[in-house]
Amino acid sequence: MSDTTSQTPTTAQGPRDLPTVDITGWTCPAPLRETPRVVMGHGGGGALSAELVQQIFVPAFGGELLAQLGDSAVFALGGQRLAFSTDSYVVRPLFFPGGCIGDLAVNGTVNDLAMSGARAAYLSCGFILEEGVEMPVVAGVADAMGAAARAAGVEVATGDTKVVEAGRGDGVYLNTAGIGVIPPGVDLRPQRVVPGDVVIVSGDIGMHGVAIMSVREGLEFGVEIESDCAALGGLVQTMLAVTPELHVLRDPTRGGLAAALNEIATASATGVVIDERAVPVPPAVANACAILGLDPMYVANEGKLVAFVPREHADAVLDAMRAHPLGAGAAVIGEAVAAHPGMVVARTPLGGTRVVDLPLGEQLPRIC
Amino acid sequence: MKYLDEFQNPELARRLLGEIRATVTRPWALMEVCGGQTHTIIRHGIDQLLPEEVELIHGPGCPVCVTPLAVIDQALEIAARPEVIFCSFGDMLRVPGTDRDLFRVRGEGGDVRVVYSPLDALKIAQQNPHREVVFFGIGFETTAPPNAMTVYQARKLGIGNFSMLVSHVRVPPAIEAIMTSSSCRVQGFLAAGHVCSVMGTDEYPALADRFRVPIVVTGFEPLDILEGIRRTVRQLERGEHTVDNAYPRAVRPDGNPAARAMLADVFEVTDRSWRGIGTIPASGWRLSDRYRDHDAEHRFSVGGITTREPAACRSGEVLQGLIKPHECEAFGTTCTPRTPLGATMVSSEGACAAYYLYRRLGSTPIPLEATPVV
Repeated sequence: MSDTTSQTPTTAQGPRDLPTVDITGWTCPAPLRETPRVVMGHGGGGALSAELVQQIFVPAFGGELLAQLGDSAVFALGGQRLAFSTDSYVVRPLFFPGGCIGDLAVNGTVNDLAMSGARAAYLSCGFILEEGVEMPVVAGVADAMGAAARAAGVEVATGDTKVVEAGRGDGVYLNTAGIGVIPPGVDLRPQRVVPGDVVIVSGDIGMHGVAIMSVREGLEFGVEIESDCAALGGLVQTMLAVTPELHVLRDPTRGGLAAALNEIATASATGVVIDERAVPVPPAVANACAILGLDPMYVANEGKLVAFVPREHADAVLDAMRAHPLGAGAAVIGEAVAAHPGMVVARTPLGGTRVVDLPLGEQLPRIC
Repeated sequence: MKYLDEFQNPELARRLLGEIRATVTRPWALMEVCGGQTHTIIRHGIDQLLPEEVELIHGPGCPVCVTPLAVIDQALEIAARPEVIFCSFGDMLRVPGTDRDLFRVRGEGGDVRVVYSPLDALKIAQQNPHREVVFFGIGFETTAPPNAMTVYQARKLGIGNFSMLVSHVRVPPAIEAIMTSSSCRVQGFLAAGHVCSVMGTDEYPALADRFRVPIVVTGFEPLDILEGIRRTVRQLERGEHTVDNAYPRAVRPDGNPAARAMLADVFEVTDRSWRGIGTIPASGWRLSDRYRDHDAEHRFSVGGITTREPAACRSGEVLQGLIKPHECEAFGTTCTPRTPLGATMVSSEGACAAYYLYRRLGSTPIPLEATPVV
């Protein structure tokens, strides 16, 4: 750890004048058109998150790499192609069925790198601790991070610790950044998607989001659902070993499968058609979602990926995925199409069709 | 754990669709009362699969949609008070009031919390004796019993810092209002199964007789909907108008007597304003006088609020089944889930939201093609 200090958070109003934000033309929900304040949906991975990034962060930072808005920035340095990514973790509770914030923080960044085809090499780790949090909790989180890093074959190489006053945090917040090397011949980008590509998901969806919800809200669904939190680097390398010609990979985290497919459809300017019956949803997740009025397609995952694969390689890639422990439940769920570019359409089990839209913000359990 | 699959079976759906096709000889307009049914219909593309003679009209049964603007504004005013912890089901947070919603109140520092049960709000009140805890009690007969039970418990346990902002509505007066409207086209009803699981079916025979309209109690899964349509169409073709229970696994004729007793103890029937429709006599509940201490409207003196509905919004006509969502000029242009003009676009059960989410292609609402299954 390079820097360990205590710090009192500053207020939003700093000594300098804040920039004026012109929100004319923003298409936020009604209240935001009039009062530009952050709401939870800005962190939900959906349309509001994208808007925050595109309207404020990208213009403020400039730079071509950021503007590509990939899970990782991909660039050449010293003769190698590298992927560089960062993510922050504010999960509550800190420990949940199937994992904790520690292994989530390692696996999340490893997976962001893996979606670029990179082998993760080094991670940084930032702890923001709340005054009063019990030391065994910190140790438990750190141990889980160490174990997850070793399992993923990465080294936590640098870090930072800050402490905020009691009441100003949820115990532990984490940030990880990672850097990895992309093998020659691998070029994973949504722009490579073409009509006819086969869409494959690596297994059951919705596990992480429902697991978190079950412990956070004290909800019981009759069956304990564990998070699918896992590092996907090994699975990705297995797939690339079959063919480096994969077109794009995404880990459907916040916003779920629906958000991942919509991002790819938009960025690739192709349409996506999926067969709802082919999307693997465990019965326990389906039932929990039915009770809460949520759609499993929008629920977060932490150990799954979705792949757009050239049709001629699809069978071989699927076989290789199914031979890997993290891809045993892999399934073809649809294809890229020339029709309705930028839009995801689902065939319903009864034979109808529906649009699968980008989630707006966070999903809201319904009233009845 | 198989109950979902069993009621989404494509083979059985094909069979029911075949029976509906074989039965229907002329056009019929049916109204599904509940917003949950609307979403099942649109999400599964059921309306695309029905014979063209069967038109589904979307009814007023979305509790979020019909909650009056004035009540939303009352909630916003109460939630913004520093001494208040305001508890609500999640889908009320995004519903626009006159100039803001509960998300914005929370963003501005209000203590607004999503709960999954009104009893969770009561627990929060016990844990925070120096704060005022208010629960937003809205909905139809389905959500009213647990809300009644919560107020009953609050009084029994002497939890003085708990109150409820109540805006409950009742289905039968709404059916009556729809049928007496001069522009009504509804010829048969798919009644809301969850409502009937509480209230039973005893309220409906008089309506079926008076308006000579079949009322079929219907569930919420795709096969439930198709079976409800099948039975309604069969009655219409035969010239019958009876109350038929197509949801017997959840609904008994006398409903849930314990829940009804709790409702009768805590609430009393009152005239109620429906957003987009107007006031319908005897169509709602309010807390009865002996629970007045727990009535947030009374405790926070938030009567007399002035409201302003967007002029372009035709939500009320949608709620009455007079137009389909995409027939509104604002649909998909100035009115989207991200820029909602009315509650039917913002609510998870709203008809406009269902059409927008599942039925638009590009920026223009174009019906998607169904894959023939019959």
